Amino acid sequence: MTSVIDAAPARRAFRLTRLFQGLERVVVPALLIAGWEVFARSGVLPPALLPAPSAVLHALGDWVFGFDETTQTYSGHWLRDALASALRVFGGFALASLLGILAGVAIGWSRLFEKTLEPTLQMLRPIPPVSWIPLAIIWFGIADKPAIFLVFLGAFFPVLMNTIHGVKTVDHNLVRAGAMMGASQRQMLTDIVLPAALPSIFAGLRIAVGSAWMLTVTAEMVAVKSGLGYVLWDSYYFLRYDIVLAAMISIGLLGYLSDLGLKAIMARTLRWQQTTTVQGRAG
Amino acid sequence: MAAIELRNIVKVFSDKRRGRDLLTLDNINLDIEANDFVCLLGPSGCGKSTLLNIIAGFEQATSGRTLVDGKQVERPGSDRGVVFQQPTLMPWLTAIDNVAFHLKLKGVTKAERYDRAMEFIDLVGLRGFEHHHPSELSGGMNQRVGIARALLMNPSVILMDEPFAALDAQTKLEMQEELVAIWQKRRCTIVFVTHSVDEALVLGNKIVVMTKRPGRIREAVNFDMPRPRDITSPEFNDAKRRILSLIREESTRLAQAS
Repeated sequence: MTSVIDAAPARRAFRLTRLFQGLERVVVPALLIAGWEVFARSGVLPPALLPAPSAVLHALGDWVFGFDETTQTYSGHWLRDALASALRVFGGFALASLLGILAGVAIGWSRLFEKTLEPTLQMLRPIPPVSWIPLAIIWFGIADKPAIFLVFLGAFFPVLMNTIHGVKTVDHNLVRAGAMMGASQRQMLTDIVLPAALPSIFAGLRIAVGSAWMLTVTAEMVAVKSGLGYVLWDSYYFLRYDIVLAAMISIGLLGYLSDLGLKAIMARTLRWQQTTTVQGRAG
Repeated sequence: MAAIELRNIVKVFSDKRRGRDLLTLDNINLDIEANDFVCLLGPSGCGKSTLLNIIAGFEQATSGRTLVDGKQVERPGSDRGVVFQQPTLMPWLTAIDNVAFHLKLKGVTKAERYDRAMEFIDLVGLRGFEHHHPSELSGGMNQRVGIARALLMNPSVILMDEPFAALDAQTKLEMQEELVAIWQKRRCTIVFVTHSVDEALVLGNKIVVMTKRPGRIREAVNFDMPRPRDITSPEFNDAKRRILSLIREESTRLAQAS
């Protein structure tokens, strides 16, 4: 005897669960924003000191599209400001990645470089990058260069440390296998050690891109006259907290997007890490 | 001239932590002829892997001479193909790229690399899986890739360090049969390290029984039973009894000594 089971109620229940699971993620932020909106409108604090989310969104909109000049001189200039910051992030990050990977491979692979270079770098590492600001300003003046220098300092060490770790933990037998197949010293580095260290290097790059955004914004507050960090700090002087918050949101968003981009590159490059196994045998 | 000549090989590991030296290999003398399938048989810790690593050039003997094709071994090289206990493939390369890695290092074009690698992919029965990554293949399949990789270099000797130890019993039997078939087809010299008497007798035509700590050669036994070998036949069992008694004598001697 066969019994026919009506799947519709189960499917309906499943759809409800899915809906609820989608809601789960937005419940807390939605409540926070709604509470913030209500509190801001209640007049406990002057609106200039705590702008409502709607006001922040309004400022951000005008900053990006320039529809009613509520953000005054910034109106419609968001792209220019974001691009200025992004270029500093990219410049410092690219330089830090290149030098961090090179130095990391050298230190991780060669005892000589480890002994000569590492102590100096490890002494420089605990110095907070922001404490270099006074020196950066007298060396490079007020422009892109001090910002790129700070971004470099913040991004270099995570890349360096993770590359060293990646190179040092390369499976010893892979190196033996390479030697068995006749790899030269250079081929050993480019064809075996570097690809084997890539997962670790990418972990360092992701930390580095986060610090790159942090330091760009810091540098722009102090040593540069453009970019999102500059807008943020300048608006604070004019008590435009709606623009301050809009700038914070922009930085958060761009930082998040940079990490997403890096993750996408990582997923493509490290596709071999997937761990699905074909069982059984051929032939 | 033998394919591999080992002359008075001594290997001492210095245990720095305890401040004493450990004699691992004590005066090993062995000639391996071309096209021999030699099994180095001994308990774990007898230095059989160390001996293989010395032939491979991964480790240096404390004293003694290692000659392959009459040439002194100084460093690893593609004249000696090694199959490791774990497959030890480059995890970021597909099966065919792993097999062809030696050709890539030599700067051979991709088309020719793939062309030549495919022959060995076929030989180990992995056609259809050549573009899989090691993480997508089973342990036995990865070990086949490792064998194909060693064969492609067309080395004068192939050194295998318990390559089937991590495989399940059934896969192990299949791999042993295929290895013998490959050896018969391609006529190469194989040195195979194992701690299993059965495995040594299924594979080898010369079984070198080693003693435990310090590693010495107890006896090198020739075993020319025709193939395929029936592991339940009287002839196989006779040989097994002989090898086991060699090992047993050794353990009694050790027990009495201590």
